Amino acid sequence: MTPDGWFIYIAILGMGLATYATRLAGYVLLNGKHISGRFKTALEAVPPAILTAVIAPTVFLQGPAEMISGGITLGAAVMKLPLLVTIGIGVASVALLRTFV
Amino acid sequence: MNRDAFLAGLRDITPMMIAYAPIALLWGTIAAGSGLSPFQAWLMSAFVYSGAAQFVSMDLIKSGTPLLLLIFAIATISLRHVLMSASVSRHIGSIPKGKAMLLLFWLTDEAWALIERRALHQPISAAYFAGVAIPLWFVWFSFCAIGTQLGSALGDTTRYGLDFAFAAMFIAVLAGFWKGTRTALVLATSAAVAVAAKLYIPGAWYIILGGIAGMLVAVAGHIEEPSSHDT
Repeated sequence: MTPDGWFIYIAILGMGLATYATRLAGYVLLNGKHISGRFKTALEAVPPAILTAVIAPTVFLQGPAEMISGGITLGAAVMKLPLLVTIGIGVASVALLRTFV
Repeated sequence: MNRDAFLAGLRDITPMMIAYAPIALLWGTIAAGSGLSPFQAWLMSAFVYSGAAQFVSMDLIKSGTPLLLLIFAIATISLRHVLMSASVSRHIGSIPKGKAMLLLFWLTDEAWALIERRALHQPISAAYFAGVAIPLWFVWFSFCAIGTQLGSALGDTTRYGLDFAFAAMFIAVLAGFWKGTRTALVLATSAAVAVAAKLYIPGAWYIILGGIAGMLVAVAGHIEEPSSHDT
């Protein structure tokens, strides 16, 4: 089924406004506010918690190549290698492991 | 100074620009297959600017999903950005409000992760935000539009492992947030809940559920600081 032109344009507008709203929401709610106590702790946990939640299915559910590469990448990151090198090691190891495992 | 910060952002995002070109091409081929013209594909990529939202929307549009349901689905997929935006607001207080709200249009998972990484060690300027966020946008919408012309010539993109670049970058950034056993609890909870949600709940709820679970564990382990005078 080919969607109508107007449907696509209204969908683009609606989707764009929806995603922009989510990108603004946290900032608009918190900008200039003093943050302390439990709420501060919760916000400080956002980066590690969200980073983990985003990648966990990729690393743990796709297969052995991704799981092993995840470990190798983590090793490179813990050794504080430059970002580009760490990403390169992750990509190279997953490409190799998918070929041979 | 401004130029240096912009270039630092550009340098940090460069691996992601390389990794995202083939993903954008792939989305373009799917968009063309779903009946979008090259112009519509370009417009959607420039205005929606979210890989997750765009891939899902092609499925939904193809299956004839009503407009409001489509927009609602895209908003739920993007809920993670509310938390990212809240977190990043701690680091961009020195950027004037209007400018910050404009820059947030380009807040992607990738730019957000790199901003959090830099904020561990130094303040975030508008120039760095622009450098880390805007160049990827040009790559994304350009290659999405080009993809509509490729048909199925692309083949299997997972062969090169580039789809793993995003996970690798997140792992690299994640390592910087390690603060001992309490972090381990947060990470283990987020990972377990995200994996369970991915397995049992349809849609993209796993990010927000895993994220909130990790935050709750952090709050449960919260220790009240003795002094309330610090900021």
